[in-house]
Amino acid sequence: MLHGYAGRILHIDLTTGKTHVEPLNEEYAKKYIGGIGLGMRLWLDQSKPGVEPLSPENPLILATGPISGTVWPTGGNGHAFVSKSPQSYGVGEAKSHGSFGTELKRAGYDAVIFKGKAEKPVYVWIDDDSVQLLDASHLMGKSPADTEDAIREELGDYYIRVAAIGPAGEKLVKIACIINDKTRAAGRTGLGAVMGSKNLKAIAVRGTRDITVAKPEEFLEYVKEFHERMKGPATQKYRTLGTPENVLVHNALHCMPTRNYNNATFEGAERVSGEVLNDRYVAKVIGCSSCAMRCEHVCVVAEGPYKGTMTRMEYEPLWALGPYCGIDRLDAIIKGMDLCNYYGMDSISAGVIVGFAMDCYEKGILTEKDTDGIDAKFGNHEALVKLLEKMGKREGIGDILAEGVKGAAEKIGNGAEKLALHIKGVEVTGYDLRCLKTAALGFAVSFRGADHNRHGAYAFDVKGKVNRLKAEKGRGKLVKDMEDMYTLIDSFIVCKFSRGTYYKELEDMTKLYNLVTGAEMTTQEMKMAGERINNLARVFNVREGLGRKDDSLPWKVMNQPITDEGPSKGAYVTQEELDLLLDDYYEARGWTREGVPTVAKLKELGMDDLIHIVEEKM
Amino acid sequence: MVKIHERKFVSADPDKCVGCQVCEYICSWTKEKSFNPLKSRIRVVRLNPLVNVSITCRLCEDPPCVAACPRDALTQSEETGIIMVDEDKCNGCGWCIEACDYGAIMLHPDRKVVFSCDLCKEKGEPQCVKWCPEEALDLVTADVLAQKARFTVTKKLFQEALKETTK
Ligand code: SF4
Ligand code: SF4
Ligand code: SF4
Repeated sequence: MLHGYAGRILHIDLTTGKTHVEPLNEEYAKKYIGGIGLGMRLWLDQSKPGVEPLSPENPLILATGPISGTVWPTGGNGHAFVSKSPQSYGVGEAKSHGSFGTELKRAGYDAVIFKGKAEKPVYVWIDDDSVQLLDASHLMGKSPADTEDAIREELGDYYIRVAAIGPAGEKLVKIACIINDKTRAAGRTGLGAVMGSKNLKAIAVRGTRDITVAKPEEFLEYVKEFHERMKGPATQKYRTLGTPENVLVHNALHCMPTRNYNNATFEGAERVSGEVLNDRYVAKVIGCSSCAMRCEHVCVVAEGPYKGTMTRMEYEPLWALGPYCGIDRLDAIIKGMDLCNYYGMDSISAGVIVGFAMDCYEKGILTEKDTDGIDAKFGNHEALVKLLEKMGKREGIGDILAEGVKGAAEKIGNGAEKLALHIKGVEVTGYDLRCLKTAALGFAVSFRGADHNRHGAYAFDVKGKVNRLKAEKGRGKLVKDMEDMYTLIDSFIVCKFSRGTYYKELEDMTKLYNLVTGAEMTTQEMKMAGERINNLARVFNVREGLGRKDDSLPWKVMNQPITDEGPSKGAYVTQEELDLLLDDYYEARGWTREGVPTVAKLKELGMDDLIHIVEEKM
Repeated sequence: MVKIHERKFVSADPDKCVGCQVCEYICSWTKEKSFNPLKSRIRVVRLNPLVNVSITCRLCEDPPCVAACPRDALTQSEETGIIMVDEDKCNGCGWCIEACDYGAIMLHPDRKVVFSCDLCKEKGEPQCVKWCPEEALDLVTADVLAQKARFTVTKKLFQEALKETTK
């Protein structure tokens, strides 16, 4: 077996309580690396086409990567969840860092496959080779952080690592996430609801095994080199202001969606900037296990109505719970984030849903009667707090909002659909796609719905490497190449914030893989692995019925031009532009015009065993 | 016999330490050729996101761990102050673990004898100090540590006073 990998996969059937271990297929390891790549491949093997996301038949896969458990900076600590998303009905995947992944690797597993549904609420206790399902009825209703503490106390070991859902996951809120190390979330695509549907409250892990690597001396030298790189310019942003630095940057470019996409710029940006956050609220910047750069900006509210609130903060939640809802108070935004952690909800999606509700309210689609008396005007921070609480509890209006922006809009009707900003059912993130046309393509084709983290294509637009207001041929290749890199990052799993330290991207990553595993992969092969994993994701989506029609953009992005005076005024994406971008992208990918991977492409990538899936769709 | 202000141990600055565990990984690598925090002589404690720091042996004067050992398995080096474990005598009874206020002496998960920080004597310098990416670790003497604390606290007090007067 290759070094780095634990070489074992754990199966847990929650219905029967039976568990068994199977060896990791070495071919899978090399082809799909680990993390989301391995996770998606295992999901395809373990599920039937058309499976309902919240049914016992939908497997939930938890995977680590080949470097998890080593001292590799930012890489030793990640884990990924993969399943069918209750939001998109396609690929559901989300990663998280902290220290949970490293523990799971030391317990001796590359992946855990959860199937079925427990009769009563349970948590899984993985203690090296011993795997038990324990009663979790006393943990129900608890936040992930409280659950973590309670489990540690109960099992009597303060170093046990826990990933848990909160009340939102228990109640199958569609945007529920899975949280580990108290504030770290596998956030997107609603996998907390999948966990909840299995009556699985938490996963507790203790691992005592040694992790070794193939070439330790060279590996450690490489680690040292990356420690230096991580103190350099490539990570400066994350170490100083953190991602909230984007607030003023995006605002200046007029590409920060504000008030549910009614504006692309926010007059209150100065008040919620990363600069002010750092100055007034950040109490300490800490890091994940094995990280040499640290980025976790821990904020504390010292006074006012939200006094005592403490949480981590990043740009996306800040934007979603702030400008997107017209809110210009950082203390309220921090409170909002804390509530998302408490209930276990994806804070990006939660903010976008509240912004949507506020838009509906201002347009009269929702009245004060519908909102249980909440005056849901843009900018009302008290309304934000109340709506989040209701969503987390599925109470009153919150029960509708808990369906996600797409589901809620369908329930509300009356034109609400046009105000719902999502792609494939997954809520948008903090980049105004009307004036960032490379990003618009990346978002449209992203296999997990609206998300900047599947491609990073916004960078070309924001950094001015292309004309961001223009849709033209060539963007397809840009998006494709970056996607391939991003899937590798998420399969290794290294932290995306460290991507800049891989100066020679593929070459550096290949070297890392080889030093750890002892494989002798070439850069070319690694590149192909990235492409393969993207095709795998597409095959997943194609099998579940997704295609070109789903590679779309929200109604407002295509019909409501930006009105703010300034550099983005008048921008939006027409159907012709989207078609041009999609054609260009599918061509770059070697897929059909309908966006289906061809037999030839799958052969080229050595994915012959999946050809039958695309053949059915031709 | 080494005097107290010459005897150095590894100490983490709680303001700088981010709880990243790099020290744990490097220690277990140095000592056991594996990445495994359970085999590290330095351990990170994270109480909440704001309160985390790594802790290892303080090389106490009159070390309670040594006094507690019923089998005379522990001795303190007169020269460096490190706690030496005679693995033939140690049966892992754990009296020393109970005696240590820092949790700095631990039972080895495989060998079932206790172990604690030896300042990486064979390497010439503590590897955790060398590797800590935050430069949070220092090899210090007790009196230097006290000096540092005095200066830090005075600075803090002074800053408060400054703020007051410039209001
Ligand atoms: S390596 Fe340094 S910063 Fe990281 S936990 Fe150890 S002492 Fe703290
Ligand atoms: S092991 Fe504990 S008691 Fe013994 S010298 Fe070190 S800190 Fe003191
Ligand atoms: S000085 Fe050496 S033995 Fe002691 S904690 Fe540091 S790395 Fe471990």
